[in-house]
Amino acid sequence: MPALGADMEQGRVVEWLVKPGDYVHRGDMVAVVDTEKADIDVESFEEGVVAELLVEVGTIVPVGAPLARITQTPAAGAPVAPPPAPAAPVPAFAHGVPTPAFVSPPVRQLAHRLGVDTDVVRGTGKHGALTRADVEQAAAARSAADRPPDRPPAAEHTPAPKAAPPATGRVRSSPRARRVAEILGVDLTAVPGTGAEGAVTETDVRSFAAGPTVAEPVEKPVTAPVAPTARPAAAPTDAAARAAGLRRAIGSLMTRSKKTIPHYYLSTTLDLRAALAWMEHQNAARPVAQRLVPAALLLKASALAARDVPEVNGFFTEGSFRPSTAVHLGVAVALRQGGLVAPALHDADTLSLEALMERLRDLVSRARGGRLQRAEMADPTLTVTNLGDLGVESVFGVIYPPQVALVGFGRVREEPWARNGLLGVRPAITATLSADHRVSDGLRGGRFLARVDELLQKPEEL
Amino acid sequence: MTEQEARAAVYAAIRQVAPDVDTDDLDEGARLRQDLELDSLDFLRLIETINEATGVDTPERDYATVTTVKALITYVAEHG
Repeated sequence: MPALGADMEQGRVVEWLVKPGDYVHRGDMVAVVDTEKADIDVESFEEGVVAELLVEVGTIVPVGAPLARITQTPAAGAPVAPPPAPAAPVPAFAHGVPTPAFVSPPVRQLAHRLGVDTDVVRGTGKHGALTRADVEQAAAARSAADRPPDRPPAAEHTPAPKAAPPATGRVRSSPRARRVAEILGVDLTAVPGTGAEGAVTETDVRSFAAGPTVAEPVEKPVTAPVAPTARPAAAPTDAAARAAGLRRAIGSLMTRSKKTIPHYYLSTTLDLRAALAWMEHQNAARPVAQRLVPAALLLKASALAARDVPEVNGFFTEGSFRPSTAVHLGVAVALRQGGLVAPALHDADTLSLEALMERLRDLVSRARGGRLQRAEMADPTLTVTNLGDLGVESVFGVIYPPQVALVGFGRVREEPWARNGLLGVRPAITATLSADHRVSDGLRGGRFLARVDELLQKPEEL
Repeated sequence: MTEQEARAAVYAAIRQVAPDVDTDDLDEGARLRQDLELDSLDFLRLIETINEATGVDTPERDYATVTTVKALITYVAEHG
């Protein structure tokens, strides 16, 4: 289970995109993981044959837990045929089968670190040799057994009803519908939607809650609910828990940020006349689908400036700053149901405005639809928040650890503007920078904002 | 285009861009940005969707005139 953002501690596998016997390349999407923020497509970090899926759909596992075993060379482990390979027979950890297997030093070290007794683990490598996977699996099996709350039968079965909506369906629904669902304790995934593209409306929620479907009898709790009957009991917690989970994730990450990052803040107001005039001129000649929005120009200028001032672009981890050569801009996207995510616009500094615009539209629509990719969650090297349309002049953001800066843009407004002894009216925007004092000072931070300003004065070069 | 047709096109586009907005009891005085909470990308998709359905192109210089649902319906009716 990869960490999909600094704030993630666990994830739920909601769909497997591969099955045992499938050949996967590095980078192939293999599973969909539900975090508190979105459904994330997770790719394989290895190439080989999927020997075994270690986590059932619906199970929540901590970050770092193995999800599947991939055999590097088909010959060594699983034959390419679907049957789940010799290794599959349940856990590789069989009691009292003392098979003294060959254990290579790195594997022994791993076993030691994970507290796995190599004598009781059956090797699946060549001539019964113990592999890293055997050890990891034994450790996972053991920790699962040690921690009953993770895998009580009920927890394993509740997802069954969830599996019903197609394609891991994140339910399309309105903020109002969600709020009402939360108040009424209705599981949105169970409500048949009558809105556009099956979206669940407020009316749907209310009629579902009122409807005769499930009368939530009082006598229920006593009859230890198993499997399918568990659904009404599980339902009320689901929607509420999800909303609360997202808020909690944001809260704990921002708390960590404020506790560990010594923020400093800078602000400057930029003249946008040149940028907007150029953009309007461009847009006049473009079909609607290819028009630009001011955000695209602001993002591109920020990305280019970040390349010039590397102290704002990278990660602070293990006590030191590692600047990033690539600029992956995290774009803060407000979710219509509340909360926000900031997925990455990869290599934003190298994209043409047209390409950036296209990627931005795609990214935002997927973020809102709740379907992002692992790299988009993990990669941002600098986040930009643009509260442009909603009316405030400036925003001083909280840095997303392990990043070291956050750029904020307010709304575009008309301002009296003095220049060369003359007063005029110009479109203006306030750009801010929240940055990490462990990495940079106001002088360098100021250089970044000044660079954004310069770049926006020559929009045709963006 | 009749106002009825324009209304149908605008409502359909709103439902597509903001599936959570219930067009059955929509106040047509609602402002697209502030009340329906459409951001600039949503707005672009809205006029793009309307353009595909009706052929009405809303150039950028007219953005300022179509800030409410009602104004957008009127605009589409006049230009369709």
